[in-house]
Amino acid sequence: MALYPPKDWHNEPVTPEERTWLTLAALFAIVFLSAFMGIWHLTGRQTTHGEAYRVDPQAYRQKVLEFTEQHRVGELNGIPVVAPPPGDIYLMAQAFSWYPVLKLEEGETYRLHVGSVDFPHGFSLYPHEWSLQLYPGYEWVYTFKPTEAGEYTLVCNDYCGLGHHTMLGRILVEKSRR
Amino acid sequence: MALPLERTCPATGLKLFGVAETLVRWNAVAAVVFLLLGFLWVIPTTLNRVLGPEVVPPNLYYQATFLHGWNMLIFWILFFEVALLYFAASAILKTPLALPQLAWGGFGLMLGGAVLINYLGMAQPLSFLPFTPYVPLKAPSLFYLAVLLFAVGAILAVLVFFLTLHRAWKTKAYGPSMPLAAFGALTAAILATSTLLSGAIAFIPAFLWSLGLLPSLDPLWWRHTYWGFGHGAQQVNLAAMVTAWYLLALFTVGGTTPSERLSRIAFLLYLLGINLGSAHHLLTEPTGALSSAWTWVNTGYLIHVAVLGSLIHAFSVPAAIERGLRIKGFSQGLFTWLLRAPWGNPGFSALFLSVLLFGLLGGVSGVTMGSYDMNLKWHNTLAVVGHFKGTVVVGTSLAFMGLTYYLLPLLFRRKVVLPRLAAWQPWLFGLGMALLSLAMMRLGVVYGLPRRFGDTFQFGGSPFGFAYPPEASTLLVAMGVGGALSLAGGLLFVLLVVGSLLWGKRLSDEEIRLTYAVRSEEGSVTPKGVYLLALLFLAFFLLYYLYNHYFLSQAWPIGVR
Ligand SMILES: [Cu+2]
Repeated sequence: MALYPPKDWHNEPVTPEERTWLTLAALFAIVFLSAFMGIWHLTGRQTTHGEAYRVDPQAYRQKVLEFTEQHRVGELNGIPVVAPPPGDIYLMAQAFSWYPVLKLEEGETYRLHVGSVDFPHGFSLYPHEWSLQLYPGYEWVYTFKPTEAGEYTLVCNDYCGLGHHTMLGRILVEKSRR
Repeated sequence: MALPLERTCPATGLKLFGVAETLVRWNAVAAVVFLLLGFLWVIPTTLNRVLGPEVVPPNLYYQATFLHGWNMLIFWILFFEVALLYFAASAILKTPLALPQLAWGGFGLMLGGAVLINYLGMAQPLSFLPFTPYVPLKAPSLFYLAVLLFAVGAILAVLVFFLTLHRAWKTKAYGPSMPLAAFGALTAAILATSTLLSGAIAFIPAFLWSLGLLPSLDPLWWRHTYWGFGHGAQQVNLAAMVTAWYLLALFTVGGTTPSERLSRIAFLLYLLGINLGSAHHLLTEPTGALSSAWTWVNTGYLIHVAVLGSLIHAFSVPAAIERGLRIKGFSQGLFTWLLRAPWGNPGFSALFLSVLLFGLLGGVSGVTMGSYDMNLKWHNTLAVVGHFKGTVVVGTSLAFMGLTYYLLPLLFRRKVVLPRLAAWQPWLFGLGMALLSLAMMRLGVVYGLPRRFGDTFQFGGSPFGFAYPPEASTLLVAMGVGGALSLAGGLLFVLLVVGSLLWGKRLSDEEIRLTYAVRSEEGSVTPKGVYLLALLFLAFFLLYYLYNHYFLSQAWPIGVR
């Protein structure tokens, strides 16, 4: 009867094809995939390596406002534009906007501090570079380098309420002055 | 209708006990009803994406996403899985169901939870939380209560399964060793237990918090615990789907696995590799939030043990099909068996498409996007949804549909109506969904189109709006066409099931035995064709994985040490 196993299935030999497949599959899954992941994370140029801090949302908002005042160079659609030197830069996500507009320079390295002050939000750039997950109570710090000048749109890609699809922001990347 | 207390299935030799049979039927019918609701709620979503918010406003889009997600991913799949568990425990193990009252109680709670969620989704926009309702997004308390009701009902069903299994084991009702299909169901049930417990650990505090009894919940902790449920649930689906594959290979072509031992080891690897930490859903937080080593062990070694299990099944299931057909006499050359397969049988084409498309679309993309840093490109984009369609939809749902074509005659004793249309159904559904899935993956990974986004074109009039390049519109149209085809295939499935239940010809024992001859082909052959295909598949897997990382390397540097 088909549904029930043959009597001495414990002792049946595994055929040569299956043995080869098992070896290849194990090498691929456990050795290659795992090793590749580890090596990329340690040596890759696009990784999630960064810092994380617990933070009170109101304190974080205060920090972003101070940073904005310090480096403010103008305004775009009612949102302040900041042009900070390379180094620490701050960004705040809140339903349904990004604050402030960042003006950066191509080829420079920045330490991006980013956090949400209310709900979960998704940090994603258009044209597409990468996506990050945000939620309140945490401040993420990533080093990154914009490599091409242009106008980038910040798109929120995690649902944060009924106005979620209006949550866009700007990052301006200018040609290198060097 | 009056049911005999016990009968022996004339085609399979399975023992069908009255109460268990009724429970399997009710759970299967509930599954199909929620499947229909899920199909209807996907219409607004697709129209919004393809035609824009003037046709389907964002609020309706969020409502539809909420209801589509819950009805499909939870209600359709879980009711069907409970039917599968009862079928495995009672019919395959030839044992009456233990504590049937408890099983009915579980059914009632699951149904109550499912109806309540559908009601909330209709009643108030505040409950349109995404399928990942991360705190501090807050839904009405009834939402969390509904999830808990459903989960408790499912826990009762799993409990009944374990008790029946114990009874069968004590009485040795099934012979010296447990059949493979029951072994697979046992794997699914063990995974379901840990999944449902994680769900309770996440949703009970969320319920208390929504009532104001807890001041706040830590979002990182909650997300992590939630994924113990959300990710574990997918492992349950995987185990249930593979079980359905082995059953279908046997039912359709009499194929059995080349090695019982290896297939069982593969199920064990699922158990070992289950990622309770579910770390791969937290890959776009910097390593400061969760340590690098911890994340790597979780998403590297542990999950790749489960991947190895899947790779073993990826050989064994097609090999079972090839063995069945070769022993039937289609043994010339490498692929004669495949050409001569019973393509007119929807059970077979559903099995074939489910295995093929799950492997190529769902499995490969899942491993790639679950890679530590690759998530930077995939996270929260349409590509995730594309991956999802490649696993749960063309994989699990299609396998369950295929099995339904056998449940109708074997359990309901009805002949499937409109056999010509039935033969087309898996193709329409599977290929339409494959097109949709491919388009979504490209839109997400390459263009970064977000998932769950109510207005892809005008962004609700935001001054920071922009236009996606023309290629994106072409891909959106492909999505629309794929979605429409698979929707037609899906509705056709519901029509065939309901039609067969209402108007299908009643089958006598003799007819069931003749039309649905379910028996294994005895003999031994080498599955040469599948061996070659498996090697090609591995090569494709490797190239896809490396290409994705090459693509990632083109992005702005981030996280450089
Ligand atoms: Cu949002």
